[in-house]
Amino acid sequence: MIGLSQRPGRKLACQQAVELVTGYLEGALPRAQRRRFEAHLTSCADCPEYLAQIRVIIALTGSITPGDLTSRMRDDLIGLYRRWRADEDQGIR
Amino acid sequence: MRLPALGTTAVSEDPDSALVGRLRAGDEQAFVELAEKYQGAMLSLARGYVPSIAVAEEAVQDAWLGVLRGIGRFEWRSSFRTWLFRIVVNRAVSAGIRERRTVPVDDMEPVVDASQFDAGGGWRVPPEPWTDAADDKVIAAKISARILTAMDDLPPRQREVVTLRDVQGLSSEEVCTVLDLSQANQRVLLHRGRSRLRQVVESEFGSIR
Repeated sequence: MIGLSQRPGRKLACQQAVELVTGYLEGALPRAQRRRFEAHLTSCADCPEYLAQIRVIIALTGSITPGDLTSRMRDDLIGLYRRWRADEDQGIR
Repeated sequence: MRLPALGTTAVSEDPDSALVGRLRAGDEQAFVELAEKYQGAMLSLARGYVPSIAVAEEAVQDAWLGVLRGIGRFEWRSSFRTWLFRIVVNRAVSAGIRERRTVPVDDMEPVVDASQFDAGGGWRVPPEPWTDAADDKVIAAKISARILTAMDDLPPRQREVVTLRDVQGLSSEEVCTVLDLSQANQRVLLHRGRSRLRQVVESEFGSIR
């Protein structure tokens, strides 16, 4: 994968920096690599926008509400619940 | 402060503790509320393992039955949702044709096309700036809607990780437990998935706004 062949101490190229974004956001980069990544951000005109875009994508993905329960599924599940309860109640008796 | 035992989630910290308590007390409405909260994510998760939506729905129904049967013995060793999603994956795997496969970590394509960089690895075609525009609520809603459809086109494993992490808000540890992934593989899938969504939004931003 791009970025992993990078020798320590050398400056990051943008092409390598974009591959480190998730590791950076996850707090998973080794310290030296994190420092190089952050140093790159302060000196690069475009990578901060890239990182900001990924952050916006994460935030907006988080605003998605998964599909509503359809009334058919809801009825099915209520039926499931009641059958289960009936079985349970019989078991208790 | 009393700390929870290792490997357990404090009941009071679990966002679902109240609903689970009511479900255990026999409250049907609590079951419906849990279904409203999780059915969408459960279906999306199951869909990655089975050949059709109909089979995914069956697997999810089966998972709910597993929840009802098991909730009395649930011990908060994980969060409720981790336990729930784990049941879904188990049911879907039994119902599905797809083997739980390992994730190829090598052989990964770059997340930004190589043609966007010059020979030195600097941007030749820098990212089109659009984050400022996304501050606008109307534009943000349009982007979210586009992300939702773009998620359907992600490879199943990437979609599952993005759904659990970024839509459902699970921690990386929880996602690894649910999907039986290593931290490194979880990260690779998240990286690919998020990057792909960014790419879609960027390439279509002119028509989205």
